[in-house]
Amino acid sequence: MSDVKQDALPITVRGVTKTYGKVFALDDVSLDVRSGEFLTLLGPSGSGKTTLLMVLAGFTRPDRGSLKFGETEMIRKPPHLRDLGMVFQNYALFPHMTVAGNVGYPLKLRGVSKTEMASRVERALETVQLGGYGDRGIEQLSGGQKQRVALARSIVFEPRILLMDEPLSALDKKLRDRMQIELRHLHEKLGMTTVYVTHDQREALTMSDRIAVVNHGRIMQLATPQELYEQPANKFVADFIGDSTFLEVTRQGDTYVAAGVPLRTNRKIPDTRDLLLMLRPERVSLLEGDPGEANVFDATVSELVYQGESFLLYARLQDGTELSVRGAMRAGTFQTLPSLGDPVKLTLDPADTVLIEGGEG
Amino acid sequence: MIGWFGSPASETQITHGQRLWLYITSVITMILLVLPTFIVIPMSFSDSQYLEFPPQTWSTRWYQSYFNSPEWMRATSTSLKAATLTMLVATPIGVLAAYGLHASKLPYLRIAFVLLITPMMVPVVLIAIGAFYAYVKLQILYTMTGLVLAHTLLAIPLVVIVTGSALKTYDMNQENAARSLGAPRWKAFLTITLPQIKFAVIVSGLLAFLTSFDEVVIAMFISGGDNPTLTRNMFNALRDQIDPTIASISTLMIVLTTALMAIAVLAGRAGRTKDSG
Repeated sequence: MSDVKQDALPITVRGVTKTYGKVFALDDVSLDVRSGEFLTLLGPSGSGKTTLLMVLAGFTRPDRGSLKFGETEMIRKPPHLRDLGMVFQNYALFPHMTVAGNVGYPLKLRGVSKTEMASRVERALETVQLGGYGDRGIEQLSGGQKQRVALARSIVFEPRILLMDEPLSALDKKLRDRMQIELRHLHEKLGMTTVYVTHDQREALTMSDRIAVVNHGRIMQLATPQELYEQPANKFVADFIGDSTFLEVTRQGDTYVAAGVPLRTNRKIPDTRDLLLMLRPERVSLLEGDPGEANVFDATVSELVYQGESFLLYARLQDGTELSVRGAMRAGTFQTLPSLGDPVKLTLDPADTVLIEGGEG
Repeated sequence: MIGWFGSPASETQITHGQRLWLYITSVITMILLVLPTFIVIPMSFSDSQYLEFPPQTWSTRWYQSYFNSPEWMRATSTSLKAATLTMLVATPIGVLAAYGLHASKLPYLRIAFVLLITPMMVPVVLIAIGAFYAYVKLQILYTMTGLVLAHTLLAIPLVVIVTGSALKTYDMNQENAARSLGAPRWKAFLTITLPQIKFAVIVSGLLAFLTSFDEVVIAMFISGGDNPTLTRNMFNALRDQIDPTIASISTLMIVLTTALMAIAVLAGRAGRTKDSG
C-alpha cells in the first residue's frame, strides 16, 4: 500500500428502507459520506446503525433505496464485487491460516503474484505495527494484535472505502483508547472514506470527522462532534451524547423561562414551541461571588459524590427536578463543597444556555 | 485402595467410593453392549462344521471358504461399492443441506430440517416397502442405483446432524469477512468454512459409508439379482444353512466397522483440539 493518499470515494445513500416484519430497521435513510471522510454511525443497540453498515457492505439488501460509491450504483452488487475493506466486531480472522495467510487472502483472490503479495502483506503489517508477525498463528495473538491483523487484512488491497463494525468493543479500555488514536492516524495517512459503527459516544467524539446519530432506523442528526455536543438537534441526541438534565421551557412574551428563571442565552433558539433547556453537569457551576450575566437557579444539595479527578454534586430545584454539577477537583476542594441539605445557587453561563427541541425528533 | 475410595472423583467432592455403583453399572452395560458382537470372533476360528461356542478345535478354514467363494466376493464388492457411492452422494448433499439450514434466515426452515431427518425416525421397513414399490415402477429394482439412492436417504440425516452441529460453533462472520475481501460465496465456503468443518465432514462421510455397509432391511427388499449385498447374503445364508463362514465374515465386518469408527472418533478429536488450540 502506498503512503500517498489515494482517490477516496464518496458514498451516497438515498431513501434506504429496510423492514423486518413490521419493524423499520432503516426508515427512509439518506446520507452523504464525503470522500476521505471518517464518519461514525452512533446509536444504541437496535437503532439500525449496523443494518445501515450491512447495507453498505452488501450483506443486507434493503427493501428500497439507492446506494452509490462515487457515481456507481451499488445496491444490487454482491459484497465481493464492492471492493471495500471491512473490519468486523469479533475480528472474523481465519483461524486455519497464519497472519500472513489472513492478510494475503484478499490479494490471492485478486491474482497478485507471490512475491508482490509477500511484500504487500509485510507492508500492511508494518502499517499496523505488526511487522514480522506473518508466520504467527491466529490463536497466538492477543486481542489487540488480532484487531490489527483484521485491520491489515482490510486495507492491504487498498480499498477506497473502509467499513468498521464496532472494531474495538472487545478490547479493554486502555487498549481501546490507544487504538482509537491509532485508527485516527491510520485514516489520516491512508485517506480512505471510512464508515465506523459504534455505540460508544466517547469513541465517536474522539475519532470522527462527522457523526450520524441513529435511532429507530433514522438519522437524528449528522454533524461534527463539536456541533453535536454543543447544539444537539433534539432531546435524543442531547441525552445520548454526554450527560444531560432537561428543564421544560415556557415562553412568556419574548422571554423563555425554565424552573421560574427567565433565561439569558446567546445561542440560537430552535423555531418550535416544544423547547427544553439542556444542562450539562460540567457547564453548571456553584455560584461564587457575583453571577454577572449568568442564569441562576436556587437548589438544595441532595447528593455529593467523590470521583477522584472530579466531584459530582446533585441538587434539587424547587420544582423537584434534580440537576448535577461536575467540577474539577484539587487537593482540598472537596472539603470546601456545601453539605447535604445546604441551599446552593447554580449558575449557567448564557453561552452554555442551550435550548433544544423537545421530543425524540 | 481405601485411599482411592475416599478420594474425591470430581470437584464436587463426591468420592470414588460413592461413585462405585456408577462404575460397576457402566462396566456391565459396556460388556452387555459389546459381548454379543465379539462372541462371533472365537466362533469364526472354529474347525467345526457348525456354529459353536466355545470352539473345540481351531482353524482359519472358514476365512478361506469366504475368500474362495465367488458368490461372497461378489456380494462383498457390491456392498463396498454401494457404501462408497452412498458416501460420495450423501456427504455433499447432507453438508450442503446443513450449510443451507445454518446460513439461511428463511422462516419455515425447521420444516425442511424435520423432513431431512425423517428417514431416521420412520421405521426402516416402511422405507424399504415404499422403495420396493417405487423402484418397481421406476424399473430400478435390484440395481446399484436404486440401492445407493435408498441408502443415501438413510445417510443424509446423519450427515446433516453431524455437520450441522459443527457449523453451530463456527462463526459465519468469517465467511462474511471473506466475501467482503472479494470472495464469491462459493469460494468463501470452500476456502474458509469447509477447511474448518472438514473433520465433521470426514466423520459424516464415514458414518454414511457405514450406514450403507451395515444396512440389511432395505437391502433385503431392493437388492438382489446380480447385486445382492453382503448383509443380504449373510441373512439368507443364516436362514438356509448354519455355516461358520458367516462368523468369519461378521468378524471381518466388525474389524472394518471398528476401524472406521476409530478413524471417525480420532478425526472428531483432532477437529476439537484444533478448534480449542
